[in-house]
Amino acid sequence: MSPVFGEPVVNGLTALSVHPAMQEAGHAVTPAAAGGVFSLTWLVVALPAVSAAVLLLGGRTTKTWGHLLGCATPIASFVLGLVMFVELLRRPGDDRAVAQSVYTWVEAGSFHVEMGFLVDQLSILFVLLITGVGGLIHVYSIGYMADDERRPRFFGQLNLFIVAMLILVLGADYLTMFLGWEGVGLASYLLIGFWQHKHSAATAAKKAFVVNRVGDMGMALAVMAMFATFGTMSFEGVSAAASEASEATLTAIGLLLLLGACGKSAQVPLQSWLLDAMEGPTPVSALIHAATMVTAGVYLVTRSNFIFEGAPVAATAVVIVGLVTLLWGAVIGCAKDDIKKALAGSTMSQIGYMMLAAGLGPAGYAFAIFHLITHGFFKANLFLGAGSVMHAMDDEVDMRRYGALGPVLPATFLTFAMGYLAIIGFPGFAGFWSKDKIIEAAFADNWVVGVGALLGAGITAFYMTRVMLMTFLTRKRWAKDVHPHESPAVMTIPLIVLAVLSVVGGLLLLGGWIVDWLTPVVGEEHHELAVSPWLLTLLIVAVVAVGVAVAFVVLVKREIPRTAPVKVSPFTAAARADLYGDALNEAVLMRPGQYLTRSLVYADTKGIDGTVNGVGALVGGSSGRLRRLQTGFVRSYALAMLSGVALVVLALLAVNLG
Amino acid sequence: MSFPWLTVLGAVPLLGALVVMALPRRSSAVPKQAALAISLVVLVLTVYVATQYDAGGGMQFEEQRTWIAAFGAHYAVGLDGIGLLLVLLTAILTPVVILASWDDAEVGRWSVNAFFAWMLALEGLSIGVFVATDVFLFYVLFEATLIPIYFLIGGFGGPRRSYASVKFLLYSLFGGLLMLASVVGLYVVSNDAESGPTYLLSELSQLEIGETTGRWLFLGFFVAFAIKAPMWPVHTWLPDAASEGTPGTSVLLVSILDKIGTFGMIRFCLGIFPEASTWATPVVIALAVISVIYGALLAIGQNDMRRLIAYTSISHFGFIVLGIFVMNSQGHAGSTLYMFNHGLSTAALFLVTGFLISRRGSKLISDFGGVEKVAPVLAGVFLLSGLSSLSLPGLSPFVSEFLVLAGTYTHSVPAAVIATFGIVLAALYILIMYQRTMTGPTRAGLEDTPDLNVREIVALAPVLALLVILGLFPKPALDVINPGVETTLEHVGVDDPEPTVQAPAEAKGAGQ
Repeated sequence: MSPVFGEPVVNGLTALSVHPAMQEAGHAVTPAAAGGVFSLTWLVVALPAVSAAVLLLGGRTTKTWGHLLGCATPIASFVLGLVMFVELLRRPGDDRAVAQSVYTWVEAGSFHVEMGFLVDQLSILFVLLITGVGGLIHVYSIGYMADDERRPRFFGQLNLFIVAMLILVLGADYLTMFLGWEGVGLASYLLIGFWQHKHSAATAAKKAFVVNRVGDMGMALAVMAMFATFGTMSFEGVSAAASEASEATLTAIGLLLLLGACGKSAQVPLQSWLLDAMEGPTPVSALIHAATMVTAGVYLVTRSNFIFEGAPVAATAVVIVGLVTLLWGAVIGCAKDDIKKALAGSTMSQIGYMMLAAGLGPAGYAFAIFHLITHGFFKANLFLGAGSVMHAMDDEVDMRRYGALGPVLPATFLTFAMGYLAIIGFPGFAGFWSKDKIIEAAFADNWVVGVGALLGAGITAFYMTRVMLMTFLTRKRWAKDVHPHESPAVMTIPLIVLAVLSVVGGLLLLGGWIVDWLTPVVGEEHHELAVSPWLLTLLIVAVVAVGVAVAFVVLVKREIPRTAPVKVSPFTAAARADLYGDALNEAVLMRPGQYLTRSLVYADTKGIDGTVNGVGALVGGSSGRLRRLQTGFVRSYALAMLSGVALVVLALLAVNLG
Repeated sequence: MSFPWLTVLGAVPLLGALVVMALPRRSSAVPKQAALAISLVVLVLTVYVATQYDAGGGMQFEEQRTWIAAFGAHYAVGLDGIGLLLVLLTAILTPVVILASWDDAEVGRWSVNAFFAWMLALEGLSIGVFVATDVFLFYVLFEATLIPIYFLIGGFGGPRRSYASVKFLLYSLFGGLLMLASVVGLYVVSNDAESGPTYLLSELSQLEIGETTGRWLFLGFFVAFAIKAPMWPVHTWLPDAASEGTPGTSVLLVSILDKIGTFGMIRFCLGIFPEASTWATPVVIALAVISVIYGALLAIGQNDMRRLIAYTSISHFGFIVLGIFVMNSQGHAGSTLYMFNHGLSTAALFLVTGFLISRRGSKLISDFGGVEKVAPVLAGVFLLSGLSSLSLPGLSPFVSEFLVLAGTYTHSVPAAVIATFGIVLAALYILIMYQRTMTGPTRAGLEDTPDLNVREIVALAPVLALLVILGLFPKPALDVINPGVETTLEHVGVDDPEPTVQAPAEAKGAGQ
């Protein structure tokens, strides 16, 4: 045990905490029927669904107005979500869950699934994030995709992404959620492969879908297990009965859900698709990394708190996956020269923080969601900023060809800087508050986890400073014919909004608001540290400062070569190769799989079919008969036989019916 | 007796086939238009019958006449939920196939008239198979369906059509022979009973059959249906047959005719031999799970698109058989719905790849690349059809596949876990094919590939629309299926397993 941080004191029943009875109830989902503005819940999903259908079916005929429709519907959904949020704020804490059932989706025996939506404290935050940040990304895309003749299709697919993600977070049943879950997979497949005339984009899209399907398999099995165990898959039914199930069952369901979460949230061991997913247009990366997709796994674990509550082993597995991924992603982020890939590594890492927090149970759920929201702000900010840089640099992504862009792209630079300060956890910025809380909770749980999370913060500071320096500061390393220019207002205004949110996002924690808000859904548990939280915060800031300082020392003092040096330490080489994740997949799954498939194809034609043909030949006495079989001798015989049968039957028919 | 609707449904396309055959051969347009018109009349009649169908009313529109009194054979037909769905599938797909095959018969060995006449004949016989409530009548129609498909493959197929059609015929005749033995056996058994010989399903299902006899007779039926479905290891005729026929022929073969196998399992194996069916459950489930995985792996390894789709069907039929033999409501409802959905999804895939193949004259995936750029509508339709085949939620096959898996899970967790691997393999076989044909830079020689024309879009649109509508709103189909499932399971004498943990009653289902 750490000499500094003693055994955590896990005790939720302090004066501030929830009512004891409530905690015992296992945070059952007990929504009221939808009325008032909540009777319009379906519209939140339907609006972008309609525009997606219009744009995808209309194609180029919607060229002049398609992007406007594509932006209008997510924004309308956002407004609707905001009205619902305000309405929920006015209600008392235990009356903030509202369910709307639109129609019965699937019914067979006792298998009953409603196409229904659940608006509560958790899902409404996601609705606002998805449609709010998503809406800003839509607006930005008007400028970013202005020259692409397939822009209407792009907007249609963006809308589809929003729809799928909204179904995922609003579905009141695990199967409805699964509809959105796989819908997100489809939307990401389409968008990652948007430029599918490039082999690399098409391959990345397929990889994302297939790796996600591996996770989906876990999710699907979890849903089946819930049906077999509880006879229902609705949040309401499962949460009410979960405490009755055996720990072994809950552990199995929890681990299967974790597999699903690993796929969508790009957690180790299903992380490999995320870095390749950068083949999509940059707004897609922003959408995948900030507002949708990768947050799904965190949502799933948080929503399933009633499962993990009774499955400590599964919860620990979530913590381990989160910890490994947060370090894994951070290490990858250090070695990438492609600005989008460096940011992608950071997403893996930050989602790792959220998973870690969610794995800690009621002590961490609220902080996981808090970090998810602030991350949504600053990661969208960073990705769209990177897109703005690429826009200026003729789609160059190699940071070794950037440098000194600060003065040339002032708006991009300043907004990107806000995102940067937020992600490294500069005191006062959004990420400072949310990451601090997670590291604190990690230390309270286990000092190994705490140290890992702390280390991650230091590495984050290093690689993000590296991105910042290589892109906006240091010396010019541009290609000859590049003339960078600031992006149009339609792109910079979303950046400014996101930059402001990156600065002030921490306000959500003001007076512990977000913790209190989520308590009825996820419960609450106070952790106590052996040392003052202030001391820990100071330590975190110090580690971050060291990370920043190291980056300055490494990059500012030395000349950055325009091409990446080949002779590097094994550590750098491993990080550049994504810690050999792909190589492992290839050796363990892909190659044996291809070998198996090839041998089966051979065996099927030569083995099973060969036996049948061979037996035919043997019966005939010689292989010459086999050839006759193929040239028509037996065929005419069989035909004659068949015609005979037909004639007899017809005659019988005629006689008997006549 | 009321109006003989089912006889009319079967007779219209059969008579239509004769009319098309008799039309003058000078112009190829007339027989096509006539065939399309006749198939649309059948569709309208079927839809009318469907609107008159009472979902909870059991066997309906029954007709019965003694045919061969000495055998106890009757001309007896009737319609229940599963029959209605499959008749609807036949009636929907036939006009679609005729429209999609508009130009496919010109290069055949025989006349255009013959091609479309055989299609109509097949439609009539298939409807007959799905409504027959007399085992002897079923057997005769079952064998008779071989004739049109044999001529369609042998007369209008690809270069290896002779091999493929004979292989198909021999496999089918072998299965038919086993079934014939069982049909004769049934005569013997029913002749011994007091009521005298009968082939009426309603009477056979009440017949007391000895355990050993029942199991032998069951096997005869089951093997014939397993070949038809087809299941591993009696599947090898399908890839050849499906690859050599015209796309339309393959649709009729795989989407409709093969369903006779799984339809027969429910109606005759479970209906007449409930004890033997339960006895065979472990082996059949094992074979079904092998089919799911084996078919999918083989599909991944194919370079011929048509063979690939044939292997995906072997995987899908594995799911259907699995759902039938796990013997619970979810499995049965899922399987029955799966038959309908697989028919739509496979039809879409066969037809759209057919359109693609006709544009280049090659079935090989490796001969294509980058088609999306020059023919985006074709690519979009291809992708949507493919996504339905990999059971993407939101498209109809998902509902049926998930029901089958959920039903399997409550029966056998290992079987469900292995079968669920099929969903990953499905993503691979579809997306690899899509990637290699549609994405990347456009291959030389494909730059001028025309996109889908109006006829092709009109042919496919109803199928795609149904895939989406039934994916989000499968209730109309499930409402028809569920009462029949209950009856079947009651007849077999099995109950759904109870959930291991009982949720409080008031908390079942959100928002109710």
